[in-house]
Amino acid sequence: MVDRFSGTKDYVAGEDLMMAVNAAIALQRPLLIKGEPGTGKTMLALEVAGALGRPLHQWHIKSTSKAQQGLYEYDAVSRLRDSQLGEESVKDIKNYIMKGPLWEAFQSEEPSVVLIDEIDKADIEFPNDLLRELDRMEFFVYETKELISARHRPLIVITSNNEKDLPDAFLRRCFFHYIQFPDKETMGQIIDVHFPGIKKQLLQQALEVFFDLRETPGLKKKPSTSELLDWLKLLLAEDIPIEALQTSDQRKSIPPLAGALLKNEQDVHLFERLVFLNRRSERA
Amino acid sequence: MLLDFFFRIRDAGIPVSVKEYLTLLEALRLRVAKESVDDFYFLSRATFVKDEALYDRFDRAFGDYFNGLESLPDDFLKNIPEEWLNKQLELSLSEEEKKLIESLGGWEKLMETFRQRLEEQQKRHQGGSKWIGTAGKSPFGAYGYNPEGIRVGQAGSRNRRAVKVWDKREYRNLDDTVELGTRNIKVALKRLRKFARVGAADELDLDGTIFSTAKNGGYLDLKMVPERRNAIKVLMFFDIGGSMDDYVRSCEELFSAARTEFKHLEYFYFHNFIYESVWKDNRRRNNERIPLGQILHKYAADYKVIVVGDATMSPYEITYPGGSVEHFNEEAGSVWLKRLLDVYPKAAWINPTPEARWKYHESISLTRELVEERMFGLTLSGLEKAMKQLAK
Repeated sequence: MVDRFSGTKDYVAGEDLMMAVNAAIALQRPLLIKGEPGTGKTMLALEVAGALGRPLHQWHIKSTSKAQQGLYEYDAVSRLRDSQLGEESVKDIKNYIMKGPLWEAFQSEEPSVVLIDEIDKADIEFPNDLLRELDRMEFFVYETKELISARHRPLIVITSNNEKDLPDAFLRRCFFHYIQFPDKETMGQIIDVHFPGIKKQLLQQALEVFFDLRETPGLKKKPSTSELLDWLKLLLAEDIPIEALQTSDQRKSIPPLAGALLKNEQDVHLFERLVFLNRRSERA
Repeated sequence: MLLDFFFRIRDAGIPVSVKEYLTLLEALRLRVAKESVDDFYFLSRATFVKDEALYDRFDRAFGDYFNGLESLPDDFLKNIPEEWLNKQLELSLSEEEKKLIESLGGWEKLMETFRQRLEEQQKRHQGGSKWIGTAGKSPFGAYGYNPEGIRVGQAGSRNRRAVKVWDKREYRNLDDTVELGTRNIKVALKRLRKFARVGAADELDLDGTIFSTAKNGGYLDLKMVPERRNAIKVLMFFDIGGSMDDYVRSCEELFSAARTEFKHLEYFYFHNFIYESVWKDNRRRNNERIPLGQILHKYAADYKVIVVGDATMSPYEITYPGGSVEHFNEEAGSVWLKRLLDVYPKAAWINPTPEARWKYHESISLTRELVEERMFGLTLSGLEKAMKQLAK
């Protein structure tokens, strides 16, 4: 029986996303996820692992990450230090080999999910160094001369922010999905999941303000789903009346607590200027 | 199986390989997609397309393949000769079906309804009505009339939702020929990187230390290396004023991205074309000019040259001495550009005017010839190509 993913109660997944996830599960190939920041790329792996009841191994990539670190690391410095101090443990090299997330996942008794987060942060060669490991799901530990191969092929979810191109050979092995920014309807569902009790009118108004704001030309960073959720949290916490949102509808005033949506000083200035211009043109 | 589809996708310019094709077949064998075109669309997209910039192209190719007619001109359907349709229908119908048609009022009536439906379908193309949704119930669908290329019954309710998905072409604006903000430019410029360790050794070289300590019989022997830096050196020349005013914003973005990306960056301004002198400050362009000859001597040949300009002017400004609009130049602009390119073999010309318009300007063709076709548009894909070319 092949596991299927169909969204969870905390995560609204589109049909296309579900298809990509299910294809990756069925064919045991890595799944590459791209999308605007804040559209829930990283959340996906957590939710898939939760929904399938599989353990999750996370590997967050930095600019200094090496492919080898996902497999294992040989802590030569500790061993060097221990050897200078004459420790007993020095004699067994195994004491200095630290397992990486992929090793943990390969060894896992049950099928697991591995999240390789923001793979584009790493060096250009990084994905190439993982080709064989992701393809065959095995690797060789040179220090101990062991071959580690996966008991169960884990589901590997890779996220990317598009800062670097990934090599073709790597892409060919993956399923790919681009998380499109949700439309108003989907956004309503997403909010429903996060704030079940939210007043319908308030939500309607807030969404309109939000999508209006996203349409503002020239914004450096458009507010995304996660910003909207933060903003709603604030609106609810401050108990802002609906009327306050209604007036901002016409771009005549700045919506309350706009700081949660616009995070760039230039954007805030731009927006204020637009509001000012709108007001003036109305008076004229 | 699906080979035709595979090649259609390849022809559309999406780099799919045999590996992906086999993956798709395997996924179908495992029944990942449950016999709906919708599912098949999502599955094939996840398998074949690895870049959201290509989603739009894929949507079009997919639509082409499954709707046959999508790429035909609009008035095509109106002009289908009647006899031809009759014949086609007759050919594809069995005896039983023909009897069914009789029961519906015979050929005449059927053809009339048929043409009506076709017209209605035209309307859907423009405004979107529910003709297709009800097509499953239409006589044409029921008779199994399956013309290669005539969309009649074949777009029945089974396909309906899927058609909607790719017809919307939501990914249109992600095609990488459109220009985006500074951050994207930086990413494009990042291709032009050459890391080198130069300067003072101030970083601990861990591998070197371990190696030499081991060699030393276990006694610590520290090794240091210089920090890794981007060693690329760039000279940029910006066309300023006049016809370039339309592109100020995109040039500013390019400039600010380049400033942060390249440690060794020198920039100069010129007007329309490069002549014997350029300047660094537009306010003092008249008294603080830098002779180009001085630049050629000052910066070594390992600098890479990027010229940003629309190259839109009278051809005389390039080819003739004295052609400049601002001053009397003793030697033609082409001579000076040639000198520049002789010293710096790695060069690219970035042109902010849309590529489609290049062929209408003689001066652009001239310049392209001078820079040996190394002219690229000021779009993400153009910049990427330019950086690839410079990095070679």
